[in-house]
Amino acid sequence: MTSADTVTVAAEPMLPVPYRVTSRTAETRDSVTLHLEPAGQPLPPFQPGQFAMLAVPAIGEVAISVSGGPEYQDGALVHTIRAVGKVSRALCDAPVGTVLGARGPFGTTWDLPSAAGRDVVVVAGGVGLAPLRPVMLGVLAGRGGYRRVLLVAGARTPAEFLFHRELDAWSARADTEVELTVDRPAAGWDGPVGFVTEPLARLPLDPERTTAFVCGPEPMMRFSAQVLLRKGIPAEDIRLSLERNMQCGIGLCGHCQLGPILVCRDGPVVGYTLAEPLLTIREL
Amino acid sequence: MTGAARPLAAFPVFAQLPEAELELISGTARTVRFAARQRLFSEGQPARGCWLIEDGRVALDMAVPGRGQVVLQTLGPGDVLGWSWLVPPYRWHYGATSVLPTTATELDTEQLRALAEQDPRFGYTLVLTLFEAVLQRLQATRARLLDLYGSPDDQR
Repeated sequence: MTSADTVTVAAEPMLPVPYRVTSRTAETRDSVTLHLEPAGQPLPPFQPGQFAMLAVPAIGEVAISVSGGPEYQDGALVHTIRAVGKVSRALCDAPVGTVLGARGPFGTTWDLPSAAGRDVVVVAGGVGLAPLRPVMLGVLAGRGGYRRVLLVAGARTPAEFLFHRELDAWSARADTEVELTVDRPAAGWDGPVGFVTEPLARLPLDPERTTAFVCGPEPMMRFSAQVLLRKGIPAEDIRLSLERNMQCGIGLCGHCQLGPILVCRDGPVVGYTLAEPLLTIREL
Repeated sequence: MTGAARPLAAFPVFAQLPEAELELISGTARTVRFAARQRLFSEGQPARGCWLIEDGRVALDMAVPGRGQVVLQTLGPGDVLGWSWLVPPYRWHYGATSVLPTTATELDTEQLRALAEQDPRFGYTLVLTLFEAVLQRLQATRARLLDLYGSPDDQR
């Protein structure tokens, strides 16, 4: 998924460079957004969909997709991280001023330019909204270049949506259709209750002019892709962001192998044509 | 409030139905409108009526002691509301309330059941059509049971 995006590769992709945390925003009970500025030489610009390897000294390194918009082209990085393990927890806890290591940019992009002039459907589940935020920001920054823009996002509870203020702002736009749904409602929530596939199934879509961007837990992506296929959207117009155990980031170590592909190099963003047969094999 | 029904083929659930079956079902249809927060039916009541939602939103709920009316799911445009009329004991298993002002095509289910009993071929087509909608609802509910967005701490 890199046909139209310009992808730049770091000169020394295995060498982490220092980045300083310049702001930390708690998104939910277990997710934060970090803004990072280079504390030395900046990394090349990241494209929507790509990821960095972020390192916490003496703890470890983990792959995190960029969640910033098109304005972050000067070496600054924005990442939204969920605390699920030792490294991600340390990243989430990092106070402003902490110096982290960063490598990248790695992997394929959402290839947003190829969706120009088409309807854009963004389907996010849980923290899957983070890698899709650059898609929304990019599309809205060049809104005139796209037809309909639709976001369908699901969360466990209303409090667990990322980017609350932006979701409110996008919902308020007349040129953007936003459907938020929760698995479990809370007091005061009178929005939709149901899995993300339910509002997705209700949307009237033009299958010949729609490009779909999907990110979330793997079963959620499979179910969502099946709904999109039922609506007649070709598999090649459905893109997913995969997650595996990325370590080197450049297709050398093999930890992220998924059948014939290395997700760090051939992904994380792949077309559903490629992903479908791989996601149904239990051993992979 | 009621009025002439929207063509049934416009609803995804009936999009593939043959013309003859559509005509039979259309004979039982009328348009109804519900204000926001209007109770459509309650758990345990005799199940009469099937609604094809045109616009708005309806919440399915259940009374849970200590928690009040708990919303299990919401339905929106294109969804089918109500199939307990089709299966004994013909009582609602959950309650339903419109969350937003809602317009729907209401089917007279007494008539539909009578038509199905008179003509089993029609009945089979009708049941198969509704079964597809039930299956999709079931799959979405199962997906929610997976609790896919929970954190590792939630799973412990």
